[in-house]
Parts: sequence; structure tokens; C-alpha cells
Amino acid sequence: MELLTTPAVSPVLHGLSRGALGGVLIGVAAGLLMLANGRLAGLSGLFAGLLGGRSATWKEDLLFLAGLPLGALAFRFLLGGEMHLTLTSSPLLLLGGGLLVGFGTRLGGGCTSGHAVCGLARLSPRSLVATLLFMVAAMATVAAGKLL
Amino acid sequence: MSTARQDIARLAAALAAGLLFGLGLAVSGMVNPAKVLGFLDIFGHWDPSLAGVMATAIPVTAVFYRLAARRPAALTGRPLPPSPARPIDRRLVAGALLFGVGWGAVGFCPGPAIEALVLDGRAWIFVGAMAAGMLGSKCWSRRSSIRAHDAGTEGDA
Repeated sequence: MELLTTPAVSPVLHGLSRGALGGVLIGVAAGLLMLANGRLAGLSGLFAGLLGGRSATWKEDLLFLAGLPLGALAFRFLLGGEMHLTLTSSPLLLLGGGLLVGFGTRLGGGCTSGHAVCGLARLSPRSLVATLLFMVAAMATVAAGKLL
Repeated sequence: MSTARQDIARLAAALAAGLLFGLGLAVSGMVNPAKVLGFLDIFGHWDPSLAGVMATAIPVTAVFYRLAARRPAALTGRPLPPSPARPIDRRLVAGALLFGVGWGAVGFCPGPAIEALVLDGRAWIFVGAMAAGMLGSKCWSRRSSIRAHDAGTEGDA
């Protein structure tokens, strides 16, 4: 147990265990949406679908998306969880990053939730390729950003 | 056929699932771009938390998907989606790469960005640009080719 509380090790373990717990919640959420409603919890697809106007599923899709900020508020105010958001203030990065994420996820048919969680859970080769590519591209972007 | 009771159950399930998803992103810290960038920064002070998220999220989702696949339809009567039949093509590759660059530039992917709308005003700039990018992608796909026709309807997710 001493190893677990060693300062050098514990932040990593703490992050991993909190991550694993959050992952279980995300898995139950994505699983419930499929088992109950027959819907994939792909956030870029659901969001883009709502931009396209009123589909047959728009009400439930909107409720699902509204649940995300509600989850954050529940964590903060009901569970007393701490949340620090460290985010760039550069309008150029926010606008450019947003445009690329929006354009890229629609072109590639999914984002982290759609390809990495839902797609890999159903062993989709397309999602495996997409996940590897966007992970590598994102890691390369972070590395390049540090050189600039 | 869909009864009023099924409609209500569907809306309740969607809200509950969204809430759980949002809670998961908050508990894991993934709503914080700095945390995500810490994972992506493999040459720096690497933070493996996102790997921890995926390590449980994917198998838990898979168990539910197996349960769903055994049924003729979802619990609320809706048919289950078919497996994606589209090939691994240039659109998938280009889209994933562009998304990755945007994700790495800010640390937001769509879920956390939408969640952060109630946490940080700057998320509105990102989500607004994201919506514009999605609409742009739709227009561009319509124009580019006939193959874009089926991709323009609905992707994998």
C-alpha cells in the first residue's frame, strides 16, 4: 500500500482509477442507449443530426446531449466533485480546432465516442483505423505545438 | 409501431444515458482539455488517465451491445442499427486525421466540448466553430462526389 501513496506513483494511479470509474459510467451510458433505444452514442453524429433539423429521433437525441452538461453540474453540485478546466484562450485555436473537429468527425463518420468507444465495442475495423489515425494525429499535433 | 409508453421510456433512457455519460466525463476528468492533452503529450509528462477510461468504457459497452444483439429489437421496440458496411476509404482516413489535429490543438472532442458549455464560456466558441465545420463538411460532401451521397446521410456514429 505504501507504493500506492508514494507521491511519484499515486497521481498516476489516482488518474487511472478515476479514469476507469468514469469509463464504466460512459460504458453503461453508451450501452443503455443501445439496449434501450437502439442508438449509437456517437456524439459528433448526434450533434450533427440535430443541426440537420427535426429527424424522427431529434427529441431523444437532444435529451441525450443535454444530459452531458447536466452530468457535469450533478458532479459538481450534488456530488461535490472538483472540476478544473484549463483551456486555451486563443480565439484562433478555439475556432480552428472547432472547425477541424467538426469537419473531420463528419468526414470520418465519428469522434472519440463514436469510433473509439462504440465502434471498438462492436469490433468495427473502420473504427479501429479511425481511432489509431486520430490518436496519432492528435499526439503529433501536441508534439508539434511544443516545438513551436 | 410505437406506444406512448415506449416514447416516454425512450426519452427517459436518452436523458439518463446522457447524464451518465456526462458524469463519466466529469469523474474521469476528461471534460478538462488539459487532462486530455496530458494523455496526448507522449513525449512530455504523460498522463495515462484517458487509457484508463477506454480500458473500462469499451468492454462495458461491448457487454451491453452483446445483450442488445441477442434481442430482436431494442427494449423500447426500436430496431437495432445494422453493422456499418462502408469500406475503409479516403474519407475515413482524411476525416480522422483532420479531427485528430483539431483535437490535439485544443484538447476538446465533441462530447467534452458540449459538456463544458455550462463550465466555461470559451467552449461556446469551440462548439460554434464545430457546428460550422460539420455544416461545411455536409456541403462539401454533397458537392464532391456521388459516393459522398451515402456518407452524407449518416456515418457510423
